[in-house]
Amino acid sequence: MSLLEIEDLSVEFTSRRGVLRALDNVSLTLEAGEFLGMVGESGAGKSMTGNAILGLIDPPGKIVSGDIRLQGESIVKNPERIRGSHISMIFQDPLSSLNPLKTIGAQLIETIELHTPRRGTAARERAAELMTQIGVDADRLSAYPHQFSGGMRQRVVIALAMASEPEIIIADEPTTALDVSVQAQVLDLLREVCSAHGTSVILITHDMGVIGHWTDRVGVMYAGRLIEIGTTNDIIRSPRHPYTQGLIASTPTMDANVDTTLYQIPGNMPPLTAIPDGCAFNPRCPIAEDKCREVIPHLINDVACHLRSET
Amino acid sequence: MSFVEVDEVSRVFHKRSLFSKSQGVQALKNVSLSIQQGETYALVGESGSGKSTLARIVVGVDNASSGQVSIAGHQISTSMPKENRRDIQMVFQSPYASLNPRWRVHDLVAEPLRAFGITQGRKATVQRVTELLEQVGLQADDARKFPHQFSGGQRQRISIARALSSNPKFIVCDEPTSALDVSVQAQVLNLLKDLQSELGLTYLFITHDLAVVKTMAHQIGVLKQGVLIEEQSADDLFASPQHQYTKDLLAAAPVLSVA
Repeated sequence: MSLLEIEDLSVEFTSRRGVLRALDNVSLTLEAGEFLGMVGESGAGKSMTGNAILGLIDPPGKIVSGDIRLQGESIVKNPERIRGSHISMIFQDPLSSLNPLKTIGAQLIETIELHTPRRGTAARERAAELMTQIGVDADRLSAYPHQFSGGMRQRVVIALAMASEPEIIIADEPTTALDVSVQAQVLDLLREVCSAHGTSVILITHDMGVIGHWTDRVGVMYAGRLIEIGTTNDIIRSPRHPYTQGLIASTPTMDANVDTTLYQIPGNMPPLTAIPDGCAFNPRCPIAEDKCREVIPHLINDVACHLRSET
Repeated sequence: MSFVEVDEVSRVFHKRSLFSKSQGVQALKNVSLSIQQGETYALVGESGSGKSTLARIVVGVDNASSGQVSIAGHQISTSMPKENRRDIQMVFQSPYASLNPRWRVHDLVAEPLRAFGITQGRKATVQRVTELLEQVGLQADDARKFPHQFSGGQRQRISIARALSSNPKFIVCDEPTSALDVSVQAQVLNLLKDLQSELGLTYLFITHDLAVVKTMAHQIGVLKQGVLIEEQSADDLFASPQHQYTKDLLAAAPVLSVA
């Protein structure tokens, strides 16, 4: 049994214009201690997957089918039970996830008392311990969020996410707002802290460089569907789905120079209102056949492609 | 003399306070650089390093506290004559913020044509807008649409068409692809390169993404706290960075290596 199992999960938004399928039969598993990356373009469904796990899908959106199980137990019906305690979240903007009117210490202690049996002095000691783990002096428990730099704030957010000793942390574009060198420090820290506690991480990003450096496995999403999943090494070095191949080929690398023309995937990802029949990628796909325009490919051998699923 | 000359430019921002003596924050300290015509100069640095301040001075929307900038032999300042301004354009980071949502694409692209008196009469303007849209990979019908009807990548194409409309010689691109998805980024970067070779454009390219720099730049300058600490050709900088800060920056960049 995997730590987290998502099975045939579909999320739909109903509006006057009709029904939008934001997630379409997504299935994946997360093992204990694993760093799983989720990559894709805006609107591909990577954040939606994270939000669905935590039960954070706002109406009119709802989970219409499928199941999410944490340690074998379904969490779709009562996500409040696990949110914050068993699974915590790190958002892109650290300022919006911290309360500007409370000290860092007060916020850490509040989270510790809410989610763990520690109270009073024990909670305070634990808060100091967490600060040390993220490389911030424990004296700074009495500081307010505005007294920290962007990178330091995101470290504090990591401490807050770890405060409840969760099994899983979902990090949605945690370093997009940070400078490159700070990004590396924050992701190294996340990796270090989570490895030390055996915490699993789902790292949502659109940056293939981040995927390549900080994840063990990666799922690629396109138009609400999971189209390929595999070890990071396999996905980057030998991607099989034509979309994944295009995505890797269009990423600038250090082998390029001014005379390089980057590979371009023709066209754009379709909006959820106009997903083509069959494989959602077929109009942009260089190898599409008739079958691809008619039948939706399922994830077989970790690839959702009629032509590439055979190993 | 080079096409773009930045000579000993400094910029001090004064922080005024009622109770204390005014303090100066030095955003740029004696920055000198030059850009050859038809080439791309990439300016790399972290937030607060002065990249955007320098860009604002180079396009003439802000003045240097000391030092000077010249482009194609013309002195750049906020009071420069209008006819010299049309040679210089800018493409911004967010195509969501830089395009007026209540204007149609035609009006967005035609505004510089009118402002600089480039086309005479409605018919000539429509024709030029069509040409520009096709040049950046959009269609003539797109002129009637509003920005919200386009994706991020297409909006950045509109911004580029708008920038091209005054037939500029020099374009400052301030993080032009950092709001875009990877596959769309490739399209926009390729477009900028194609336009450069077609039109002989000179770019000042501001970004924090070193892999993007590697694919775009001929020459690279590294800014740190307002000081240009290193300047080399693209090949040399990546092969043998001299300054420790540049080395750290290169080491920290999560660049995809496929090999």
